[in-house]
Amino acid sequence: MTPPLPTRFAAWFAARGWQPYAHQLEMLAAARDGAHALLIAPTGGGKTLAGFLPSLIDADGGDRRPAGSALSTLYISPLKALTQDVHRNLERPIAEMGLALRAETRTGDTPQAKRQRQRRQPPQLLMTTPESLALLLSYADSADLFAGLQTVIIDELHALAGSKRGDLLALGLARLQALAPGCRRVGLSATVAREDDLRAWLSPHAQPADVRVIRCPDDRKPQIEILEPEGWMPWSGHMALHALPAVYAAIAGAATTIVFVNTRAQAEIIFQQLWHINEANLPIALHHGSLAVEQRRRVEAAMASGRLRAVVATSSLDLGIDWATVDQVVQIGAPKGVSRLVQRIGRSGHRLDRTSRALLVPANRFEVLECRAAVDAVRARTLDGEAPPPGGLEVLAQHLLGVACAGPFAADALYAEVRTAAPYAALSPADFAATLAFVADGGYALKTYERWRRLEPTADGRWRLTSAAHAQRYRMNIGTIVEAVTLKVRLRRGPVLGEVEEYFIQGLQPGDTFVFAGEVLRFEGVRETTAVVSRASGGEPKVPAYAGGRLPLSTHLAARVRAMLADEAGWSALPRPVGEWLALQAQRSRLPGADDLLVELFPRGGKAFLVAYAFEGRNAHQTLGMLLSRRMERAGLGPLGFVATDYVLALWSVHEADDVEALFAEDMLGDDLEEWMAESSVLKRTFRNVAVIAGLIDRRQPGRERSGRQLTVNSDLIYTVLRQHDPTHVLLRATHADAARGFVDLDRLAAMLKRIRGRILVRRLDRVSPLAVPVLLEIGRESVFGGGVDELFDRAARELIAEATGREPDEPARGGQIPLLATVTP
Amino acid sequence: MTATGSGQALTFAGEEMRATLPGALQWPAAQALIVADLHLEKGSSFAGRGQLLPPYDSCATLAGLAQVVDACRPRRVVCLGDSFHDEAAASRLPPPEQKTLSELARGRDWLWVAGNHDPRPGCGLAGDVVSEVRIGAVVLRHRAADDAAGAEVSGHWHPKLEVRVSGRRLRGRCFVVGDQRLILPAFGALTGGLTVRDPAIAGLFPNGFTAYVIGYRRIHRLPCQRLGR
Repeated sequence: MTPPLPTRFAAWFAARGWQPYAHQLEMLAAARDGAHALLIAPTGGGKTLAGFLPSLIDADGGDRRPAGSALSTLYISPLKALTQDVHRNLERPIAEMGLALRAETRTGDTPQAKRQRQRRQPPQLLMTTPESLALLLSYADSADLFAGLQTVIIDELHALAGSKRGDLLALGLARLQALAPGCRRVGLSATVAREDDLRAWLSPHAQPADVRVIRCPDDRKPQIEILEPEGWMPWSGHMALHALPAVYAAIAGAATTIVFVNTRAQAEIIFQQLWHINEANLPIALHHGSLAVEQRRRVEAAMASGRLRAVVATSSLDLGIDWATVDQVVQIGAPKGVSRLVQRIGRSGHRLDRTSRALLVPANRFEVLECRAAVDAVRARTLDGEAPPPGGLEVLAQHLLGVACAGPFAADALYAEVRTAAPYAALSPADFAATLAFVADGGYALKTYERWRRLEPTADGRWRLTSAAHAQRYRMNIGTIVEAVTLKVRLRRGPVLGEVEEYFIQGLQPGDTFVFAGEVLRFEGVRETTAVVSRASGGEPKVPAYAGGRLPLSTHLAARVRAMLADEAGWSALPRPVGEWLALQAQRSRLPGADDLLVELFPRGGKAFLVAYAFEGRNAHQTLGMLLSRRMERAGLGPLGFVATDYVLALWSVHEADDVEALFAEDMLGDDLEEWMAESSVLKRTFRNVAVIAGLIDRRQPGRERSGRQLTVNSDLIYTVLRQHDPTHVLLRATHADAARGFVDLDRLAAMLKRIRGRILVRRLDRVSPLAVPVLLEIGRESVFGGGVDELFDRAARELIAEATGREPDEPARGGQIPLLATVTP
Repeated sequence: MTATGSGQALTFAGEEMRATLPGALQWPAAQALIVADLHLEKGSSFAGRGQLLPPYDSCATLAGLAQVVDACRPRRVVCLGDSFHDEAAASRLPPPEQKTLSELARGRDWLWVAGNHDPRPGCGLAGDVVSEVRIGAVVLRHRAADDAAGAEVSGHWHPKLEVRVSGRRLRGRCFVVGDQRLILPAFGALTGGLTVRDPAIAGLFPNGFTAYVIGYRRIHRLPCQRLGR
């Protein structure tokens, strides 16, 4: 039986013509019972109010507030903008009911004076971010500040748990629980596949059973359509330019549309092309993570006030403030994961009584299958369910230093505390000790940093910080989001437009043009840390390449695509070009089955091609390509290159492989992998992130870049030296773990190799098969193999000489012993 | 002195020289081996300021130096400045690395040229400290002088070259060789680089230069007239 609302609250609801939702009352009951609660509700279900209602009612009663700090409720959201929005939304009931309580936000944007005041005289309700919580916890007075905390609310929990930000927050919550043992935890989340993982994450003891689940049923059936032209369908590519007139018509037919794309480069191009056909001059804007913050805020404000008809956006708008006016979502390109698609669709029809409307726009034939599979999954309400990875040791390192900043700690007690956080529940004593050693003195096998250690043992066996300077540095470097090294892009005598990866700018010559912030810009030169540009038109502008950003196809979605391919009876329901394509494949070769591996071998252009239909996502395929190439090298097959998509890997070589089974044997994950990972740029990139999070190297601080190049150290060089001299160092282990689940996607590759043992279907063909065409069209964007650094430098020399002498470059010499597998950042 | 195979012959100021892996300049006629910017004890220098970088850079740098000295057997070795990352670095050099250095210096002239990081380098170690060296018509100093009259070999700028090849980006430390100037790449294991396109380097070569880029197993010669603009 749920308790009724107090009179004042019931009156407030009534005055607005509202009925409290059932889940709001259940949340109230959970609070009365002192139970931790996880609310699973779609967007627009009054989720935030449900989270805060118990705190508001408590504050109204006024009798349960403990002496000391007033802070009773802490709200944590992954987005600064969300804390402000929630704050605004709460001010209303507080004011209208005349509740005697103060609610404030605290983020990186909060002025210094206000932050200091908040620590002295905290409000009852504080809305903040995971990073700001870590900062608060690093002060000696945090024990007093949080002593009276009764409730902590974590919003968008599904977006935090399982990520490094989530790891850091989980550790912060464990600390919070030690300071306020009675604190009740409340999580707000979208629907997830693995509910128990979220419950464990939310529990103060990593126990799912601790947490009561409250559900707000979502009876809305999102109306999803796939844009499938009847005539022609591209074989490859990701831009879906063929479909833009139809997308434009859809925009014109709705009030407000978010056009989601998968990469920033896609966003720039789609935005440009939409404006090309924007005959009605509809207000269409652009939003992605590289644009200047002010620019993004302007777009968001224009959206909020209903002044835009459409915004082309990346995952920068996956989360965020609810915009009531959005009534349509367009997804360009395949969604790559079901959960993300559901999240994006939920950005429209933001009220429970309204239907979400979505239009999926596949860019090529495989994406048609993927979009179909995704829609089936949304209708069947199945979601991606990858198990959350164990917490990163680099994140733990950051946390340990933060704890030390607040005061001395006992290692045993802290180890026990850390293990109450679900991501670290299985943390071994050895890993904890190694991480602590890293924080204390670097943890190197060579013990030479005794006198510079950051932590030292006290007389009573605890660890304390050796200098306040370490605390200062810690506070400058909090967080797990490591930005790529970027340069500001500034219009000559104009504003900053945003930031672009440094390496893209370094590849430009003055006079080159590129597309950014929806404009064609001419690069003029670099001044200190800014790329100066002017407006340009025409030419063949380049599109900035951005590191990362592309998610690989999820396992769940991949399985659905495989099932569709294997189900011949279902092909007739596909668009004609796609159905015919599959039928032709069945005739010429065969289709991959639901859980085997189809490998096709055929000659083409004097080379031997091998195409593997693995469906394990781009990252795992890249790794597989590297490893197969090494093995083919040793077998004398003369591998020349490979290209990986989300669905397929294609390799080409001088000679054709005879024993495919042996080529795919599981033991390729042994020495070859170790050797490759040692040299791989992927690992170096991962190491940089790990080293920044762990506090080995500093983040770039605005304004500090000019203090001299000696202050920055190249993380690639550190990686190389560390690997040679201290190969088991904890940061290298953290790097391996991170790469294995991220860029290298080792777990997925390992699972596949195991699964396909004895189930490889080899088809030797006399020419390329229909299903192999899309991946072959990707050639030209392939990873360098075999050529290696030396051969590429040779080619550079030939090209430069040719340019100087006006002659064509000599054909590069092929064949012979190829000494090195090189990964070169494209 | 023997010329090693892993390198590129070059002519500078009328002298036959050789750019050698992993980043040293051989001058057979002068029986000299020249290296620049070792930045020994860079790791511990950072550690002293609270950033606990790995303590292995001196060991790694000297291993590379020992390799090239053993291969070339020069009569004299010139360390072209910034051999130590800071003034106290020599005193922090761990005993095994001190031993490596003294063994390397045995039986040959060892010259520590002063740099901006180490105005008084090599304190307490084998070798002589000089502000610059003249060998024949060539002056060897840490940092290229704006008003250098004759041929000059220097370090300091840690040059690296970035090129695009077939749509890909490659980068490598490099020697920068013009008619009157030669700049060596940094030799230290933890020393990064400055692109040769930076005006600080390009400005020193108004007539363009040839870059000798350090690859994986070879050194590559790349004429860079355009970059010298």
